Amino acid sequence: MGMTLAEKILARAAERREVSAGEFVTARVDFCMIHDIFAATLFDLLESTGIDRLWDPGRVAVVIDHFSPAPSAAVADIHRRIREGIRRFSIAHFYDVGSGICHQLMVEKGHVQPGMLVVATDSHTTTYGALAVAGTGIGTSEMAYVLATGTLWFQVPQTIRCEVSGSLSDGVCWKDVVLSLLGRLGSDFAQYRALEFTGPAIPSLDMSGRLTIANMAVEMGAKFCFFPADEVTARYLRRTRWDGPIAPDVDASYAEVVVLELERLEPLVALPHRVDNVRPVREVEGIPIDQAFIGSCTNGRLEDLEVAARYLSGRRVHPETRLLVAPASRAIYEESLRRGILQILAEAGATILSPGCGPCFGGHLGLLGEGERCIGTHNRNFQGRMGSPRAEIYLASPATVASSALYGRITDPRRVGVAYARS
Amino acid sequence: MHAVEGTLPRIVQGRVWKFGDDISTDLLAPGAYAVAPLEERKRHVLESVNPRFPEEVRPGDIVVAGRNFGCGSSRETAPEGLKALGVGCVVAESFSRLFFRNAIAIGLPVLPCPGVVEAFEEGDPAEVEIAGALVRNLRTGQALWGRKLPPAMLEVLAAGGILPLLKARGQQLSGTT
Repeated sequence: MGMTLAEKILARAAERREVSAGEFVTARVDFCMIHDIFAATLFDLLESTGIDRLWDPGRVAVVIDHFSPAPSAAVADIHRRIREGIRRFSIAHFYDVGSGICHQLMVEKGHVQPGMLVVATDSHTTTYGALAVAGTGIGTSEMAYVLATGTLWFQVPQTIRCEVSGSLSDGVCWKDVVLSLLGRLGSDFAQYRALEFTGPAIPSLDMSGRLTIANMAVEMGAKFCFFPADEVTARYLRRTRWDGPIAPDVDASYAEVVVLELERLEPLVALPHRVDNVRPVREVEGIPIDQAFIGSCTNGRLEDLEVAARYLSGRRVHPETRLLVAPASRAIYEESLRRGILQILAEAGATILSPGCGPCFGGHLGLLGEGERCIGTHNRNFQGRMGSPRAEIYLASPATVASSALYGRITDPRRVGVAYARS
Repeated sequence: MHAVEGTLPRIVQGRVWKFGDDISTDLLAPGAYAVAPLEERKRHVLESVNPRFPEEVRPGDIVVAGRNFGCGSSRETAPEGLKALGVGCVVAESFSRLFFRNAIAIGLPVLPCPGVVEAFEEGDPAEVEIAGALVRNLRTGQALWGRKLPPAMLEVLAAGGILPLLKARGQQLSGTT
């Protein structure tokens, strides 16, 4: 019988000819990543478990992105302990303050390649599936186990096939695709399962859009989210030959099939406090906002900043709204600087933040007070996520967030009159 | 952290604290205290939903919740906070994958049990047989079967977590390929 991509990658990693959904396997991990929230604790755990050497320090990356730069002396001390740990365990890949968000770096720096099995101490590790990588989040203790042994147990997930056809209308972004799925299917639709995107629209879906969708697949509970490795992947990675499996077998067996027609989509927004509380923007227009945020591992890429700039070019952010922009990496920061995108955003009144996670996870750099409202391009609007539990978070595309920042209220981007707006 | 190693109690008994669907890791372990010491972090567990919970929960108490418990982040501090407060077991209609894995990995018993929300009211005395996946309401006498954990996960729980298990299996794993 044919295998899904999840089955093929786990079979390879478990050194088995074939595995099928439901089985438990012990698999060899190809690469792992740890970020600054957990790295120091992880080094302590390794020490207290008596592990003084890693299974393969060349397959490990550590990124300081959540608190970047350090907002307090206590965090600065944690960063110091991380740097000591990097030396002590001879970890090969370390990205210090200002480098960018871990997931963007793993992709940009070529650490994750099609067909790999990758684990990281972050739920949004599903992002790597944009490059046909089996990427999934694990906790700190399990990461310590992986660093000691190079292996971890997995249950082979069932797979949902998502067939996408058509093309996006003006004002609609790839973020709206994943918001639409969340609204239709719910926050635990893909729990313990994998998603595979396929269909005639996929070749026209650029890498930035694939990363956005795979990133938020975890908001549906997905363990993995795959796009096939194709010409878009080859162009992005500048290579055409892959070592691992990159596509499912044609006769693979699926738990469910979901069909999505892009023409039918319109700009969407997830209302507080649930990622699947999704409504058309036009139905909730006019809700005043205090803060707008463009950034995160979901939508902080060059394409996203460019879309925002098209809406904000020659205009000013509403005087009662503050706009925060955080490029997802230093490379994106530099390229958007070269292209004049950051200048447009800054002149429109945006505060440009250092590359990193800051406000998205409620750590620092723009938290919300009681009763405040923020619309952002990030991935979670759970109660208490960005500061006060009495604050409200709305999730939308870069086009919708930029349009809302202009008017100081939730605004349908089609009202703002920019012809091109894809991300 | 996770210094306490021990064997898994066969039966957990305590009062029920009830929560709804989609209890997120931001409610369990708010980002603002992400790198604070455990003693501080545990005082904020679920405070946005029920401020009495972190103050009044007693060792052995049982958290009963709806579907998708622990959705969101990979942060192990979410189950760790519950464990530090002495919660004996989390019984939910369903769990988010990451929370479920993390709870087992640090030795916090978790049990998926469809129908549990309807079977309990806040404060009910409850009893959970973890390996047997049997949940009893000691007020009403009602008993429910949850989904049994596979033997490998029970082994991790019994060891007090995946790292105590690794340690118990011997240090020869260290640094080998």
